[in-house]
Amino acid sequence: MFWIQAFVKIALIVGVLVNMAAILLWVERKQSAMMQDRIGPNRAAIVVGSVRIRAAGLIHSIADGIKMIWKEDWEPTGGDKLLYRLAPIIALVPALCLFAVIPFGPTLHVAHLRDLWSPEWATETTGTVIPMRIATLDVGLLYVFAVAGAGVIGAALAGWSSNNKFSLLGGLRASSQMVSYEVAMGLSLVGSFMIYQSVQPGDMVNWQMQHCWGIFVQPLAFILFATSAIAETKRVPFDVPEGESEVVAGYFTEYAGLKFGMFASGELVEVCTSSALLVVVFLGGWQLPFVQNTGLEFHYLGIDVSWHWAHIVVVLVGLLTFIVKVLVLVFLQLQIRWTLPRFRYDQIMMLGWKILLPLALLNVLLTGFGILFFNGLPTPGAMTP
Amino acid sequence: MTATTKVIRKPQRTMADQSYVIELVKGLGVTLKHFFKGTRQMVTGTTPDLEKHPYADGIATVQYPEEKRPYAQRWRGVHRLTHRDDGSPRCVACLCCSTACPAQCIYIKPAEYAEGDKRRGYERYPEEFVIDELRCIFCGFCVEACPCDAIRMDTGYHMTALDDRASFIYDKAQLMSHVGQDGTQKSANPRHEPGDPTHPGVTRLHGGH
Repeated sequence: MFWIQAFVKIALIVGVLVNMAAILLWVERKQSAMMQDRIGPNRAAIVVGSVRIRAAGLIHSIADGIKMIWKEDWEPTGGDKLLYRLAPIIALVPALCLFAVIPFGPTLHVAHLRDLWSPEWATETTGTVIPMRIATLDVGLLYVFAVAGAGVIGAALAGWSSNNKFSLLGGLRASSQMVSYEVAMGLSLVGSFMIYQSVQPGDMVNWQMQHCWGIFVQPLAFILFATSAIAETKRVPFDVPEGESEVVAGYFTEYAGLKFGMFASGELVEVCTSSALLVVVFLGGWQLPFVQNTGLEFHYLGIDVSWHWAHIVVVLVGLLTFIVKVLVLVFLQLQIRWTLPRFRYDQIMMLGWKILLPLALLNVLLTGFGILFFNGLPTPGAMTP
Repeated sequence: MTATTKVIRKPQRTMADQSYVIELVKGLGVTLKHFFKGTRQMVTGTTPDLEKHPYADGIATVQYPEEKRPYAQRWRGVHRLTHRDDGSPRCVACLCCSTACPAQCIYIKPAEYAEGDKRRGYERYPEEFVIDELRCIFCGFCVEACPCDAIRMDTGYHMTALDDRASFIYDKAQLMSHVGQDGTQKSANPRHEPGDPTHPGVTRLHGGH
């Protein structure tokens, strides 16, 4: 049963993420078009009789997929064939694996699906329990850092094995940038670990459910983590590894067809996963304000509302909340990508080492003082039950 | 003598500018404003009409094959030969256009009307009228030269891209099949046929040569 659950969830998550990459491609094109007063791609069509289905440009994503599959799978001569073929896999797979520890919804108790109006489910754990995450690891977010760190190998290998100077330059830039920002990324979450007293994303969501969203207790860490997460995706403000005007296409200059597609979709999957991480650590995960495990509970300002929901409703609301939060953050990341120009290489290094890293350390210090000062966990939000 | 130096200071940036966060939010505000405006225009179908408001803000794209912006009245497109009321060409084969043509791309083979035709002796007609559109430089001199308003370039047609050069040599039938931007194959200028009351009644036979 456990294995069936795991396989179903893995298939679901991977399917959703890979399709999200295609949809984000469309979102990115249309969004950038709208904000630049253009129409964006809308010509690709599926012709059924005399009807041309254009779906506002969504067909372009399908067309892109078909194009990538059927393009000539060209490989550079003189390169390292094995590493060359391995690199796109190493770039894409860690991005997909990141989602393994991210909880995307409240735990589903199968026994409670029958009695639709039972609010006292939270304490009971009898019967089959389906946690809405693939793996409940003790190392939690440390696993995320480890796997995200593996992503850099893909870029570095691609740059090295392509037998191309521009690829090599792009690979070098990618590795130095990602290594630099992983430091700040990891340190920026230490404050959160101290407050949540756990590295498990599930515990983090539970803490935020009982107290308040992490962004209110760790606002600086939110900005630091968001910045370094965007830098990790190697997208526009931080896209020196693939800066067109400088190094052609950087580390994937020599890649064509589906291998290029794996790099491209890996980037978009990383956007999704980094947004999901931000949601879990700072924005309450699948939790909606004033919604507890039993339903809506609002007991402030003299108003007492206690509206019990069925278990399935609570679970569905949680899932929907998580998806909406992630989509909002993804939208914001794409918006940033089309708003800011590319930073210079030295600016990126300065931002990473001289600004984000000291600020992350300062954040750890301030969090420590804060915990000491409040002698326990601070509860500035008004969500204490 | 001492050289005068002018010290140019770099613009002072405040902490707010340096932190980049506020400026980032401002920039996001600008792009978000455009995003919502563009989305609203696309969803409600209220993109500005460039003919009426050529400098309006917003999405200015014209979906070309479906939407076409009309050409200016005087835009010189592919030639056409205008028709008379009976469908014959207005051209009287005077060779003014082929004489005026700097590219020498017009070939006209004039012919006399048959014996007994009321136009015989008054004018000729083009048995062949050929324009090599690849040689044509679209200067419009032929239109200027024509005394009968018989050749015009007001079709609004682009020169089409075709596979072979022979297809660009337009003969009389092809040129007469073209339609002007007003939708007719005629000319707005009046024509006075022999026998009409408005016709001056002067023929070549009246002349001294």
